[in-house]
Amino acid sequence: MELTSHLASQSFPTLPTYDFAASLDKTETQAARQTVGNPFLENPRMTCRDVAVFYGEKEAIRGINIDVGCNEVLAMIGPSGCGKSTLLRCLNRMNDTVPGCRVEGEICLDGENIYDPSVDVVPLRARVGMVFQKPNPFPKSIFDNVAYGPKIHGFTTDKAELDNIVETSLIKAGLWEEVKDRLQEPGTGLSGGQQQRLCIARAIAVSPEVILMDEPCSALDPIATAKIEELIAELREQFSIVIVTHAMQQASRVSQRTAYFHLGDLIEVGPTERIFTNPRHRLTEDYITGRFG
Amino acid sequence: MNNSKQTVDKAAEKKKPMKPFSVHMNKDLQRRYRAEKWFQRSGIAAIVIALSFLLVLFASIIGSGYTAFRQTFVELDVHFNQDLFKNENIAAADYPAMIKDSLRRTFPEVKERRELKSLYMIVSPGAAFSLQDMIKENPRLIGTQQKVWVPANDDVDMLVKGQMKASEAEDNRRIKDDQLAWIEKLEKDGRLETRFNTTFFTSGDSREPELAGIWGAVKGSFYSLLITFLLSFPIGVAAAVYLEEFAPKNFWTDLIEVNINNLAAVPSIIFGLLGLAIFINFWGLPRSTPLVGGLVLTLMTLPVIIIAGRASLKSVPPSIREAALGIGASKMQMVTHHVLPLAMPGMLTGAIIGMARALGDTAPLLMIGMVAFIVDIPGGFTDAATALPVQIYLWADSAERAFTEKTSAAIIILLVFLICMNAAAVILRKKFETKW
Repeated sequence: MELTSHLASQSFPTLPTYDFAASLDKTETQAARQTVGNPFLENPRMTCRDVAVFYGEKEAIRGINIDVGCNEVLAMIGPSGCGKSTLLRCLNRMNDTVPGCRVEGEICLDGENIYDPSVDVVPLRARVGMVFQKPNPFPKSIFDNVAYGPKIHGFTTDKAELDNIVETSLIKAGLWEEVKDRLQEPGTGLSGGQQQRLCIARAIAVSPEVILMDEPCSALDPIATAKIEELIAELREQFSIVIVTHAMQQASRVSQRTAYFHLGDLIEVGPTERIFTNPRHRLTEDYITGRFG
Repeated sequence: MNNSKQTVDKAAEKKKPMKPFSVHMNKDLQRRYRAEKWFQRSGIAAIVIALSFLLVLFASIIGSGYTAFRQTFVELDVHFNQDLFKNENIAAADYPAMIKDSLRRTFPEVKERRELKSLYMIVSPGAAFSLQDMIKENPRLIGTQQKVWVPANDDVDMLVKGQMKASEAEDNRRIKDDQLAWIEKLEKDGRLETRFNTTFFTSGDSREPELAGIWGAVKGSFYSLLITFLLSFPIGVAAAVYLEEFAPKNFWTDLIEVNINNLAAVPSIIFGLLGLAIFINFWGLPRSTPLVGGLVLTLMTLPVIIIAGRASLKSVPPSIREAALGIGASKMQMVTHHVLPLAMPGMLTGAIIGMARALGDTAPLLMIGMVAFIVDIPGGFTDAATALPVQIYLWADSAERAFTEKTSAAIIILLVFLICMNAAAVILRKKFETKW
């Protein structure tokens, strides 16, 4: 863990214990960065083909091919700055809001390219929901937090139906028992873990197909984290989930497939169990055995 | 690397034996605490100095202005002589003659023409208007004799309030000895008293200090500020929201931002000149009106509101924006449902502070003719009017002694308005402050 923070604060080559830049010379780089393992699935929900993202001139990720299956949890791991969050934010076009960000390649949801000019991002983001690193409930009541999505998408104008949606979403997010008596209290008054589950309830209230989670537990204590992980396992039955995480144990606990990213490349994809027990690529092995990151 | 550092440390140790840590620390700590104390004390001293200046300012203004809220009145036995109401139009009757008649009857010993003239000076020229108002209200008074309280002349007022000393040499005061005697007699008969000065709050400007009031200026300021608020707040908020949330970051928006900041720093008299050139000369809007005043003040307030608005939009955490976008709110919904409500208290505060500045600003109004002497109380946006700060400027310029206290009183009124507006800003901020 200490090494992770060290990595985050310093640039890569100066790392004392593992000098990555020196270990790979230019000719080796190309071959070393071919994705190991099979990133493709038979019946995918989302597909990424040759995705490259640029922030201005800088290339954040390049040539990524990966599928997201139905009813699976895909974990994306890798050291800071490897591009996993960037890819995640491409999946519901949240990167559109970043000035100077450019996405190349093709990302499809149910066979439809979401970067096609004819696609409207508003319904897309309803279909691909997102949970952020820091719990970010609206400074409104718990009820309004969950009801906001269904309201703006015009799911219902009926008060009873809306109540129903809110209740089911909160039940699914495992928060109902804790908040059912205080739905009108501000969502910001909940504890961190509850806030994050409220954000999950808010995301599933618009019944998305895919839920993206960007380090959803990094701001939470271990007990709250355990609850969220349980929740993820339950949600998998209904949704596809893509989770970015720094905690490798978390990835191994919640996910079915794991993708390891390194400096903008997808290094290795495979069933979580195999990745953590028998990584094929040297970089993956180094990372999960804690030689860096 | 670590090794080399250790050797350096060892060398230093050899040169100068280290004192025990506690000794070293104590000395250093004391020095640090001293520095902090010194800093705190100088801060307190600065605040005390600033507050005492403010106190001196308030004390001097209130001290010289509070007397303006009282006014001396004289009681006269007025005979509404039937003969003077021969004309059909009762408003055109010779009311000054009735005043003079009653004064002559009060002091029958005064006969000489010059003496009479100075006797008439005791009562305000506005006394005739009070009679006119009485008759207008109740025409049946014609032919009767009534006891009427009419305002005294400003010089009498000054004398009664003690701002003119009877002990001074006769040549140095405007009330002469014979007048002094009459006033003393009136006082003895209980025909002279000071009352609350309602005129000051209900009438417009006048050349006679005892008839001058600030209501015209207050209404002029109100109309101007109403225009200013109605224009500058929506435009300012819209501009701030567009620039902060929608506009692309490029050369042009940078240029606009720089120029908005420049506009906020432009001296207000320049805006006055602009108003004169564009609104009055080019568009042909009427001079001296709250309409033009409000437009000019809008120009002045807009950059302030835009800058405050952008600052409060910036202070809304980006996580709220992401949350809204993340569940499929459109950008417009994100702004109107989440960002604007959170930024609104800050925006309102900025707007109120901008408005307070506009309320106190004089220079641009001088340029567009709101400095004219206007007796009538404005009834709308296109009536000629003055504004509060301009009224202060006008009265400060007047020769009559009684205008000194009126000036201070008007400043008190202006300060009260400013304090109320700033308090409203603070209360709004406190009330709508959202925590997340």
